[in-house]
Amino acid sequence: MRAAALVLSILCTSLAAGEIPLAERRSGYEFMGRETRAMQDDDSTNPALFWLMDGETLWNRKEGAAACASCHRSMAGVAARYPKVDSGRAVNLEQQINACRTERQKAAPFAYESRELLALTAYVARQSRGMPIAVESNDATRPHLEAGRELFKRRQGQLNLACTQCHDDNWGKQLAGTTIPQAHPTGYPIYRLEWQGLGSLHRRLRNCMIGVRAEPYPYGSPELVDLELYLMWRARGMKLETPGVRP
Amino acid sequence: MARVAITAPSRAKKGEVIEIKTLAAHVMENGFRRTQEGTLIPRDIITQFACTYNGVEVFRAELYPAMAANPLIAFTTVAAESGTLEFKWTGDNGYSATQSVTLTVT
Repeated sequence: MRAAALVLSILCTSLAAGEIPLAERRSGYEFMGRETRAMQDDDSTNPALFWLMDGETLWNRKEGAAACASCHRSMAGVAARYPKVDSGRAVNLEQQINACRTERQKAAPFAYESRELLALTAYVARQSRGMPIAVESNDATRPHLEAGRELFKRRQGQLNLACTQCHDDNWGKQLAGTTIPQAHPTGYPIYRLEWQGLGSLHRRLRNCMIGVRAEPYPYGSPELVDLELYLMWRARGMKLETPGVRP
Repeated sequence: MARVAITAPSRAKKGEVIEIKTLAAHVMENGFRRTQEGTLIPRDIITQFACTYNGVEVFRAELYPAMAANPLIAFTTVAAESGTLEFKWTGDNGYSATQSVTLTVT
């Protein structure tokens, strides 16, 4: 009954739709409780540190032809610029890491959402912590960005809800006891308490799609990368928090 | 692969209360969950944690299935003398992890 009322109220208020003004954007961090924020802030108690340790090991370990560290030095700022569009294809950080593995290291790619890929992604993204997200809208990215925006605004699933109805129109309100955030991907990969572990943005996006009873796109699918690109552009200028902790 | 992380001061004044934070990488599988096929996932948790300070136990905790993965245990003790703090976690399926840090008391 309450759920029905909530869905109804979302449907009614969604008519006054609009993207969040730049100045009103807030990271999911600001919607969290004091304890969860403390967990993220203290590097020694943020459980993502185990993945960062794994990531550092993988970074320095020779895989196939070379180690990541054989070519790369600092990766500061890199994660803030992904997803990138390369010869018409949008590629996110996880996919870039795997592309480097197959093309340069001549090693087997990691499975999406595997512990190894999450660890390496977190290790690379951690080096951009505190830097503003720098995904731009230009001729190369625009087609993907618009496809992502279209997906964000499209109603889907048995509940017939679009992302925008919660995250643009009703952020800050309660949904089943939790506060609806604005959906800015500022801390990925995140340590999510519900998962009891580290997870990627695609895992989170698939969660929401299952939540509205839609069939989720596969991990690393072009649709999810386009959506990721749109969300990163939507969060442009906001600071990366990787590794974030979220409830 | 047992991995742990300790945050503790390396020096302290005599009589000072010091805070120690420990984190252990562990799934803490509670033993009540089932797979999609319906088979029970066996319990796999840390059951005990203890800290000794120069051989004297200063903190002990028993852990149960309701505790989260990668449990954080934070506690305080009084810096009495220079020496070693030893930490030991034990659990199901022969899980065991140890770590030690040195503390200089002035």
